[in-house]
Amino acid sequence: MIRVNELSKDYGSRRALDGLTFEARQGEVVGFLGPNGAGKTTTMRILTAYMPPTAGEAIVAGYDVVTESLEVRKRIGYLPETVPLYQDMVVSDYLKFMADLRRLPNADERVGEALEQVGMGDRAHGYIGNLSKGMRQRIGLAQALIHRPEVLILDEPTIGLDPSQVVEIRNLIREIGRERTVLLSTHILSEAQQVCDRVIIINKGRIIAEDTPESLQSRLVGAERVALRVGGDADGLAAKVEKVRGVQQVQSRPDGSLEFQFLPAQDARPLVAKTVVEAGYDLLEMRPIGLSLEEIFLQLTRENQPDIGESKKQKARS
Amino acid sequence: MRNIWTIAKREYNHYFISPVAYVVAFAILLVIGLIFALVVYSSADNALYGGVPDIGPVTGSFAFMLVLSVPALTMRLLADENRMGTMELLLTAPLRDSELIVGKWLGSLLFALTIIAVSFVYPVVLNSLIEPGIDQGAMITAYLGLILVAAAFLAVGVGISSLFSNQVAAFFATMVALVILWWLLGFPANYVQKGAEVFRYLDMQSHFYNSLGSGMINVTDLVYFFSLIAIGLFTGTLAVETRRWR
Repeated sequence: MIRVNELSKDYGSRRALDGLTFEARQGEVVGFLGPNGAGKTTTMRILTAYMPPTAGEAIVAGYDVVTESLEVRKRIGYLPETVPLYQDMVVSDYLKFMADLRRLPNADERVGEALEQVGMGDRAHGYIGNLSKGMRQRIGLAQALIHRPEVLILDEPTIGLDPSQVVEIRNLIREIGRERTVLLSTHILSEAQQVCDRVIIINKGRIIAEDTPESLQSRLVGAERVALRVGGDADGLAAKVEKVRGVQQVQSRPDGSLEFQFLPAQDARPLVAKTVVEAGYDLLEMRPIGLSLEEIFLQLTRENQPDIGESKKQKARS
Repeated sequence: MRNIWTIAKREYNHYFISPVAYVVAFAILLVIGLIFALVVYSSADNALYGGVPDIGPVTGSFAFMLVLSVPALTMRLLADENRMGTMELLLTAPLRDSELIVGKWLGSLLFALTIIAVSFVYPVVLNSLIEPGIDQGAMITAYLGLILVAAAFLAVGVGISSLFSNQVAAFFATMVALVILWWLLGFPANYVQKGAEVFRYLDMQSHFYNSLGSGMINVTDLVYFFSLIAIGLFTGTLAVETRRWR
């Protein structure tokens, strides 16, 4: 369980976190999304008791990160952004060292299990310095998992992994997230979509959206967007489509096709199809384009975007 | 306590895969080996005039070698953790800042003790060469002094290493600190009117050469060495703690 209340952090005069409030329950994978410098790593460093907040409080696994930091640190597993490994150590020695710091009674056994979990069982006796970036990332993850922590905090866990490993690690995170609390940061939005039960989007130290990936998507998709492609020369097509009733925001795409949107209440597609054919164009394709999480993300992180929850409430009121 | 031991064990083992540690051990043992040989030869020449070989030059030059080699042993202890980002790992593990510092110091002390233990072969050899043997009490006291000097130097080195994230910077800062402690701090005692006593007490060299190194155990010397250890380790702990607040 993670509970964060009005968390703020200043670096000198720069405010990195500005009144962050959120919660992550047990059995939940929460994704932290945001552009570079949004405050993701800062938040994680505060939650892991690496550094104290300037203001506000954070409760992790039932303990305060400032006043009971040792208790917090016993109960968390943390994979920092720069994977902290001793290059000149053997993989299994490194994990044994971490297990000893955690005072695990069955350290050797857990080292083997953690290595298996991340798919590195065959590299236990190699030097960390000789491993590839993806392998190091997995050793870092094994280190975070070794004591079966109540709360797992992962800063960009799948960075540098190859596609098949990414799938494995995501499955592993989801599996762990069934019983424990997982907070992970990522800028790969499809990852958040696949792995997380809930997504928190932050920008400039503030939360700008918080919801399940699905409802974030549906909440933002006010209108349906369609791509339209015709054969041959498409000159003048945009002007014609624009005149069709219900069609909004017609845009030409670099590949020669068009994009437009219409409100769900008024499906403009039949009329558009008719118009296109009647004008003598060969209609090749007309397909809906959903708003991807990427677009949501971009929309939200654009300057001065108000909080979604806030604007929704305002809409409801008006 | 267990955490201290975990950290110390890792550091101790790390010295055996580090070329720096081997070079340091080799240099120390080579120099004091040569000095030992000179002692034996010269006292053999002087034997007719009543010269007795003494282990003093060996322990004395060992202490001198420590001034130059301890910085190399301690430079990476915390500076490297700061540089590699592994500090984040240690500071988010269930480990007190003081346990980390004491563990690092203990690890380096164990390595220094290993080198000191190897050098113990010289007094043993010397003891077997002469009748009725060397003054064993003085020899043991000198070795105790050597251990205290090493422990104090290493504590200073650990404290300084925790302030840097660059090994070379930590090396030179430590060496300057040790040179001042060992050679320079005592000088003003001869020139100032007031406070000469203070400088005389702070002079580290005299706490070794004038007492433990020549077979005398004084409480003031023990207090001096233990204070230095405490100051070094306290500085280190403070540096790690303030790192969190930066």
